[in-house]
Amino acid sequence: MSEIKTQNVHIDSHEEHHDDHAHHETFISKYIFTTDHKMIGKQFLMTGIFWALIGGALSLIFRIQLGFPEADISWMRPMLGEWITPEGRLDPEFYLALVTMHGTIMVFFVLTAGLSGTFSNFLIPLQIGARDMASGFMNMLSYWFFFASSVVMFSSLFIETGPAAGGWVVYPPLSALEQAIPGSGLGMTMWLVAMALFIVSTLLGGINYITTVINLRTEGMSFSRLPLTIWAFFITAVIGLLSFPVLFAAALLLIFDRSFGTAFYLSDIYIGGEALPQQGGSPVLYQHLFWFLGHPEVYIVIMPAFGITSEVISTNARKPIFGYRAMVGSLLGIAFLSFIVWAHHMFVSGMDPFLGSVFMLLTLVIAVPSAVKVFNYLTTLWKGNIVFTPGMLFSIGLVSLFISGGLTGIFLGNSAIDIQLHDTYFVVAHFHLVMGSAAFFGMMAGVYHWFPKMFGRMINAKLGYVHFWLTFAGVYLVFFPMHYIGIAGFPRRYYTWSSFETFSNIFQDLNAFVTIAAIITFAAQFIFLFNFFYSIYRGRRAPQNPWHSNTLEWTTPIEPGHGNWPGAIPTVYRWPYDYSKPGAADDYIPQTVPYSETPESNTDFENELAALEKESGVEEVDETKE
Amino acid sequence: MEKERENMEEQLKITRESKGILNMHPQKFAMWLFMLTVLMIFAAYTSAYIVRKGQGSWIPFDLPVTFLYSTGIIVLSSIFMQIGYFEAKKNNKGKVILFTVLTLLSGIAFLVMQFKGYGRLVDMNLYFSDPNNVSGSFIYVITGVHAAHLISALVFLIIVLITAFKVENIKDKLVRMEICTTYWHFLGGLWIYLYLFLQLNQ
Repeated sequence: MSEIKTQNVHIDSHEEHHDDHAHHETFISKYIFTTDHKMIGKQFLMTGIFWALIGGALSLIFRIQLGFPEADISWMRPMLGEWITPEGRLDPEFYLALVTMHGTIMVFFVLTAGLSGTFSNFLIPLQIGARDMASGFMNMLSYWFFFASSVVMFSSLFIETGPAAGGWVVYPPLSALEQAIPGSGLGMTMWLVAMALFIVSTLLGGINYITTVINLRTEGMSFSRLPLTIWAFFITAVIGLLSFPVLFAAALLLIFDRSFGTAFYLSDIYIGGEALPQQGGSPVLYQHLFWFLGHPEVYIVIMPAFGITSEVISTNARKPIFGYRAMVGSLLGIAFLSFIVWAHHMFVSGMDPFLGSVFMLLTLVIAVPSAVKVFNYLTTLWKGNIVFTPGMLFSIGLVSLFISGGLTGIFLGNSAIDIQLHDTYFVVAHFHLVMGSAAFFGMMAGVYHWFPKMFGRMINAKLGYVHFWLTFAGVYLVFFPMHYIGIAGFPRRYYTWSSFETFSNIFQDLNAFVTIAAIITFAAQFIFLFNFFYSIYRGRRAPQNPWHSNTLEWTTPIEPGHGNWPGAIPTVYRWPYDYSKPGAADDYIPQTVPYSETPESNTDFENELAALEKESGVEEVDETKE
Repeated sequence: MEKERENMEEQLKITRESKGILNMHPQKFAMWLFMLTVLMIFAAYTSAYIVRKGQGSWIPFDLPVTFLYSTGIIVLSSIFMQIGYFEAKKNNKGKVILFTVLTLLSGIAFLVMQFKGYGRLVDMNLYFSDPNNVSGSFIYVITGVHAAHLISALVFLIIVLITAFKVENIKDKLVRMEICTTYWHFLGGLWIYLYLFLQLNQ
């Protein structure tokens, strides 16, 4: 009914719209320096996929070192050159660089820029009913700052002294003193430059996302009718806006310490028996500043994945999302708490134990909103008419990983238990499940779910299933054994443990197992890559609304131009989760359908709304909005 | 040229079609968000300052009196800016240009005064790159990062000035003028906060 009506509107106002604008778009203005939010989203996605491959490959190299420390890996020499020692082993300094770059790339370049950047850009205007972002130009700048940052970070992989090697947290004094490790020289400088550019990119993007959500919603799109994806992107952007400037501030002080002879973070350091001149600095100060970003950052990573999952699960369970308000509330709660728990990363830094117990309490409180989200996902699935699309599988996978990883968070949040577990593989297992893999699954869910909207073609579902099951099993096989390794006391970031009898005899096979699982999981991603690029060109043509979804992006043409809707922007009359509404003819009612058109499924309250709609003249509004 | 106009028209359409609850110009709103990020940088520095000071072995200092003069100048510049904005509302092109130039000049005077303040700090043996005295480095970083933002505001002022020269009806560009005024007042207020903060936490 409503679809027909909107199509009429399309025809009516076709000529007066910017379809003609598309004609004189050049290759450069369309694909490179574009201001179209959809293209910018795709640019972020492509760059994110590139980085995910690099980051994943780096992890395989150090996984081989951990699983098979005695192996001869001189066959890697064509690629790694001097980083393979003459005996065919991995250079220990380069091992540290690999770990550092893997962390940096995955956290910032893949799961922040690749996830938030892709889906916030792509979905915000489409789902709130806007023609583009508030400022297309700023949006373009955001991508190109990210690109510049990527170039600097990527080049740092190839310099003689190697990339930054002080861990992705780049704690001073290790990162501040060039004498400490080779990676703290030029590599660290490039890391800081790249991160500064990255922060600029994130802030430009974030300002744009927030402004767009607040100012450019279409008529009827009140906050209580926003899809949960938008809520998640919105709150993520707010967190980013508040926390990234602090990282910038911390990084600037680190730059001054490194290159300008100040002593913000340095004190009482002896190298080779010689005392350094710096006195009175505090390395813990850096940790405070860093984790004030660092902790919110993990929510910046996971919350967009939450939003995507909410949307995908509700659509494919053919049920309204359970507890919409609780979902929004828990996002807000997590966002608020994310700013007051940072010191749980520093329990063993010599912090006041009383302060530690305060942070422990606040940390454990996060379990409440997290559990609200998990239970709401499960209750949405409960008795749903589930359609197992690849996107849906990845969303359910996220819920599973988030539970498994979240439970170990309760252990780690305890400041007493953390003394034993701090910086062991238990921590590695925890955050790779709860935030790394979970966010990656959210990203994959988003790619599979919105692929038809992005490229106008369907992605192959069969290959998607193979990809999902290999990845899902693989992720558990990689990270579950790590818990045991961690409880046994293996510290993270160590090049080798083979000099310890217990470690080399008892746990070496477990480490080898993890490595093999990691290789299989990584290999499985190439199935996705093939599927992704093949389907862009050769996939089945997508229908307008392949998943029978309610949200606005599926009311656009199959391949929307710049401006998204050829006619008037659709008006929104209801929330986005009217799936399987009792009495309704279909099992979904798009947001653009007024209540007055669905008397058979309206509640009493909605009938009153329908009467109000009549008074304000729904039928006319659509035609005269231009 | 034609393309540019088309882009602008499109942008205008995007803005006009929206019917948000919050009735604020998107660019104005974006400026508020930007100011929030700037505020967070200084929140980080001033908290780092307090944390570091609380750890002891802190070398106290006296703020040079030049910083008080620069505080006066920045207040004066804000007054000029505000008058300029009122004149823009009255569509008084000449006065707008006059007061924007006055704001610009007093902004530059502020920066010169800050620089002289650094000279006074050096006279008092407080250096930026001093491996033994972090309190001195903090003054330079806090005032320096503020000055960097003030330079960005000067660039903005120059853009406003060029706009004022170019357009017939200054009132059409009121939003730009208003955003610039907001940013200028923000940086002025920020300086007063930083001055009081440093004065009270020597």
